[in-house]
Amino acid sequence: MKSMRYLLPLLIFTALVALLLKGLGQDPKLVTSPLIDKPIPHFSLPELLDSTKRVEPEQFRGKVWLLNVWGSWCPECWREHGFLEELAKGHGLTVVGLNWRDETADAVSMLRQAGNPYTAIGVDPETTAVLDLGVYGAPESYLIDKKGVIRFKQVGAVTAALWEEELAPLIKRLEGEE
Amino acid sequence: MQLLSKLTAIILALSLGWPALAAIETYTFETPEQEQAYKKLTEELRCLVCQNQNIADSNAELAQDLRKKAYEQVKQGKSSNEVMEWMVDRYGDFVLYRPPVRATTLFLWVGPLIFLLIAFVVLWRIGRARRSKSADSQTVDAASLEQARHLLEEREP
Repeated sequence: MKSMRYLLPLLIFTALVALLLKGLGQDPKLVTSPLIDKPIPHFSLPELLDSTKRVEPEQFRGKVWLLNVWGSWCPECWREHGFLEELAKGHGLTVVGLNWRDETADAVSMLRQAGNPYTAIGVDPETTAVLDLGVYGAPESYLIDKKGVIRFKQVGAVTAALWEEELAPLIKRLEGEE
Repeated sequence: MQLLSKLTAIILALSLGWPALAAIETYTFETPEQEQAYKKLTEELRCLVCQNQNIADSNAELAQDLRKKAYEQVKQGKSSNEVMEWMVDRYGDFVLYRPPVRATTLFLWVGPLIFLLIAFVVLWRIGRARRSKSADSQTVDAASLEQARHLLEEREP
């Protein structure tokens, strides 16, 4: 009993250290989106390359698709761009762009330089759709299933590692759903 | 002396000027209540890019957008709760500086109270142990005093 008296504070201290160490290892930017497993919020945005058209999530019903928030001002988007191309052209994934807070000319010139992986691109200069999606910054990507439900969200670039470990298996599963 | 007062004036002006610059946009409200609601909201909502600031203090673009959204909704006559809900629907509880009481956050709310209680219990027990110890030592003292007196008396020549 007496030895417990001296051991107890040490135990509490060790537990506290363990807890704080775990907290240190966590990335505070990784906050789960409340939109996971919810239907994608509706938006209707002008198409970047053809202003007579609109881009709406309903147009991709029945497909598993990736919505990618990007801007030509965002360096990480440039870095991610090549891999998105590979996903769209190599793996046949439908990638829809959401061009955020960008100048049309800059956005178009980026696509000309780096290629265009997007099936369609909605322009959101006023940050309306982007706020409805709970976007923190660019790039950010949402994987949407055939019924239009958001199943996965990536804050930051889509990388080859993420594709192999999470996205590819998830897409395979989602493709099997009705 | 004049220089000194000028300097003080400049320093004062600078120190007063900065907080006003922190939020760039100026919004006008129809009623003081709305302005109050907007102020309170932006102080209680977390800037998501710069996580240790509220959106009232932050100049991040996302914070500006969220301020604008809060302003628009307040102006439309929405209640503070409705605006908060709008934010939570999109960004989760994380956007609130004051987390709501839920099963998952319960420990956050009652934890400090539990620790305070533990501290009181420990303090009380330590106090009791000390008191009984000092009482013990007094009785022992009385007995040994008596013994000491005996010893002393026996030694008397």
